[in-house]
Amino acid sequence: MSDQVGTITWISGPVVRARGSRHVGMLELVEVGTERLVGEVIGLKGDQMTIQVYEETAGMQTGAPIYGTGLPLSVELGPGLIQSIYDGVQRPLPLIEEAMGSFIERGARFDPISREKKWKFTPKVKVGDEVKGGAILGVVMETDTFEHRIMLNPDDAGTVTWVAPIGDYTVADTIAKVKVGKEEKSVTMLQRWPVRRARPFVNRRGANIPLITGQRILDTFFPVAKGGAAGIPGPFGSGKTVTQHSIAKWADAEVIVYIGCGERGNEMTEVLQEFPHLVDPRTGRPLMERTVLIANTSNMPVAAREASIYTGITIAEYYRDMGYHVALMADSTSRWAEALREVSGRLEEMPAEEGYPAYLAGRLAEFYERAGYVDNLNGTHGSVSIVGAVSPPGGDFSEPVTQHTKRYIRCFWALDKSLASARHFPAINWLDSYSEYLEDVGAWWREKVGKDWLTMRNRAMELLSEESRLSQIVKLVGPDALPYTERMVLETTRLIREGILQQNATEAVDAYSSVEKQIRLLELVLYFHERGMAIVKHGAPINLIHDLPVVDTIIRAKSTVTNEEMHKFDDIQKQIDEQMSQLDAEYRS
Amino acid sequence: MSEVTVQGGQEVVGVSRIEGPIVVVEGASNVSYDEVVEIQDSRGQLRRGRVLEVGEGFAVIQVFAGSTGLSIDGTRVRFLGTTLHIPVAEEMLGRIFDGLGTPLDGGPEPLTDRYMDVNGRPINPTARIYPRDYIQTGISTIDGVNTLLRGQKLPLFSGAGMPHDQLAAQIVRQATLGKVAGAPQTEGEDFAIVFAAMGVKNDVADYFRRSFTESGALTRVAMFLNLADDPPVERIVTPRAALTLAEYLAYEREMHVLVVLTDMTNYGEALRQISNVRGEVPSRKGYPGYLYSDLASMYERTGRIRTSKGSITQIPILTMPNDDITHPMPDLTGYITEGQIVLGRELNFAGIYPPVAVLPSLSRLMKDGIGKNRTRDDHPRWGAQLYAAYAKTQDVRALASVIGEEELSEVDQKYLKFGRAFEREFVNQSFTENRTIERTLEIGWKLLSMLPKKELTRVTLDEIAIYYKGDDAAN
Repeated sequence: MSDQVGTITWISGPVVRARGSRHVGMLELVEVGTERLVGEVIGLKGDQMTIQVYEETAGMQTGAPIYGTGLPLSVELGPGLIQSIYDGVQRPLPLIEEAMGSFIERGARFDPISREKKWKFTPKVKVGDEVKGGAILGVVMETDTFEHRIMLNPDDAGTVTWVAPIGDYTVADTIAKVKVGKEEKSVTMLQRWPVRRARPFVNRRGANIPLITGQRILDTFFPVAKGGAAGIPGPFGSGKTVTQHSIAKWADAEVIVYIGCGERGNEMTEVLQEFPHLVDPRTGRPLMERTVLIANTSNMPVAAREASIYTGITIAEYYRDMGYHVALMADSTSRWAEALREVSGRLEEMPAEEGYPAYLAGRLAEFYERAGYVDNLNGTHGSVSIVGAVSPPGGDFSEPVTQHTKRYIRCFWALDKSLASARHFPAINWLDSYSEYLEDVGAWWREKVGKDWLTMRNRAMELLSEESRLSQIVKLVGPDALPYTERMVLETTRLIREGILQQNATEAVDAYSSVEKQIRLLELVLYFHERGMAIVKHGAPINLIHDLPVVDTIIRAKSTVTNEEMHKFDDIQKQIDEQMSQLDAEYRS
Repeated sequence: MSEVTVQGGQEVVGVSRIEGPIVVVEGASNVSYDEVVEIQDSRGQLRRGRVLEVGEGFAVIQVFAGSTGLSIDGTRVRFLGTTLHIPVAEEMLGRIFDGLGTPLDGGPEPLTDRYMDVNGRPINPTARIYPRDYIQTGISTIDGVNTLLRGQKLPLFSGAGMPHDQLAAQIVRQATLGKVAGAPQTEGEDFAIVFAAMGVKNDVADYFRRSFTESGALTRVAMFLNLADDPPVERIVTPRAALTLAEYLAYEREMHVLVVLTDMTNYGEALRQISNVRGEVPSRKGYPGYLYSDLASMYERTGRIRTSKGSITQIPILTMPNDDITHPMPDLTGYITEGQIVLGRELNFAGIYPPVAVLPSLSRLMKDGIGKNRTRDDHPRWGAQLYAAYAKTQDVRALASVIGEEELSEVDQKYLKFGRAFEREFVNQSFTENRTIERTLEIGWKLLSMLPKKELTRVTLDEIAIYYKGDDAAN
């Protein structure tokens, strides 16, 4: 048991001051009060220390003890993380429920990773091997299909003096011994890592493989690369959470870390109840078997909300180190920033913009810079991609969190209230959004689908921005005043909007579009445009094109043609040909 | 239930500072953060307060009834050694209390030994049941396109002078557990109702009381009243006291509880007042930086848990200052609640009741409570189609105002007609009209039938074949 190092002198919400600063270090984990609540030292001054407490402080008194631990705030890493649901400081919520009932009480202490569960360990090193930090010592199957690679702590290196034979072990059992310098260290399957310190790697690779999400507006129009960072800002009700859920469901990452940071309890419950029943299209296994959930809902202690982001990213980096592609969703980074602001306010720090502390930008940068596609210490390569939701007050993108976030992400998916009101989902505004990964992932598309995706994508964007210009005119003088060629643009962009950009997350066929389907839909719509334009230029009236039955067929194709029925698109193309040719013939004669 | 008991009963005579509703006491030891105190002024009158901050030898106290009449020397502060608790009992239904849970109706204190902390505790997300059962309110704009589910928090965003009170009263009166369309209606599966008034006028509280009496619901209602002329600081506690009773009824007595909180905007102002007096760094419009967390600590006390059949459904009412939906109160509320029902000034002017502005309104949970085996198979797509068509109507209206109706295309003219009929027949209904879900769906299809089939891309072709009644023979 840890020793008493200080005495509480002041309490205000989650912030506590105490005497005894000589005995603790900055960012050390401490236990606060007689109930030994979890806290972290965030300031030292003279004999005073300032602590942020990760649990409710009501009822706490001055004069109560502070216990030191000598360790920084850390997470436990090892087999058993997957399918877990933790709070912001990695306490397992199912165990808390078992012990305390439906409500979260204070002072809960449980091991994040089960000490009893046995894992079948298969060694990958032998005695006498020289191992460096991060080296893969052996593997266990964390689920039926997921191989968890047991790694040496990145800070250690040495010679293997003993390794456990194949067999069942708990995370507390020694599975290898490594001679580090003169000392022999016992290695278990469990590691601790300080959450605020990024796990090391050799070097960054270029981010040129897209993270495929099955969402057409993302993959086709604004792709994010594996190892990249994207932001989704939007006012309430514009679909941030639905978009985050869709990505968590369908992204082609091997591990998903989903952080519900200061958001709704029901949303986390939805994930918990839905994911075990959804099947990962790549492995055929339930989606839950690749997911780690961190749930610190809006009514849970605010300081733990601040920590939740770091807990999540550290777990993500751990799986990256094994050589996996990891996607991390943070919903919402604004609530995390508000937690910073609340603690900063209680510390009476000088505020910068809108009451946020001056170090807000720095903290955001630290977080987003932990994304990356890297060469790992053990020779594998893996990535962490970050998708952060931002909740700007009043939907105003000029507020500090959105603005600072924009500096550290390269992909911006701007949600739009007016699109959401018209039930155009995902309500991502194609004129306000951008992706800086377009050129980077072009080669991948060429190789994968053999088509010039970027040219087609840019052509579609060109039409959409033309539409925006034309609709200004339409608003003033009505559509009839436009020449047919311009009205043809409006016909096509309606197909792009309704047939491609709109995607229904709740409909089985439409929820996930393969890249092949995405590109084929785009190709069809552009083909329709070229054919239509040619006919219109001959003077055919636009309303005849508008009334072609194939228009409806194209709009409905997203939900009538499954990813496996690609041949049906050929039929649709044939219909375009037939109907357009007929129209052309009729008109010319 | 963790009862926080420390050496209670410590008393200090004299305070060192009084500023607005905040009092600073020196010379107290072993004071707990968030502890309740009893304050006696020089004439012997008692009022209650709560510790906001403790340091060595001093405590900052927020006085619920305000500091009027308190003096530096003559004030005695007794620390009660516990956080704020209220008595809870089923017998509290049918009763009226003040903002701190003290009876106002002349009746006795509730007879119970069960006291619960007004702050509640967060529900463990793993212990929740995701809401799936819809509540039929008999109001088309809610049941049809913004369906309310048991365990959902769905606020009414309104403005001064709009009929939000009537709408809330109508919801409370008509709410029953929803049935599949066509199934026989069973009368009155009972909701218990917990009503909290914060800073509203006496008339408003009276209106609700009358409305509960008329519908015969009064015996199922517990009212917590902090009216406009009551101490503002008490408002911080009022919704929490109400929710504490609601939690007891829902999770221990297994009842379905509908909580109406009005008006949250006044709550926010009380919170801002305290924050300002304490000299905290303000964020937007002078509201404290923790407004989001503070609101969440109440709104999140909604839902269902696995260990009880009961549920808490919340309908907070907010009047948006200057009808501004980006004001911090509606804005942060919208980020926490599962959707919002927005009332529209223009519809109200046009004499439409309830003036629900359909486009900015939303129920996030709707998708999980409707459709096959819940309402009717076509409901989700039908709703999306109505939304899309009505959104298009707005564009057409804007165009018509520039070029004139006559210049509109034939299809656009149909949209104009659709829009008018939508507001008159779908949105508009009388205060006493209780529509079944099939009636609502029927009206919707009748309206959609005014448009050409080709415009209806959100519904399936099969659904058009069954429900479309238009004379659009062309396609």
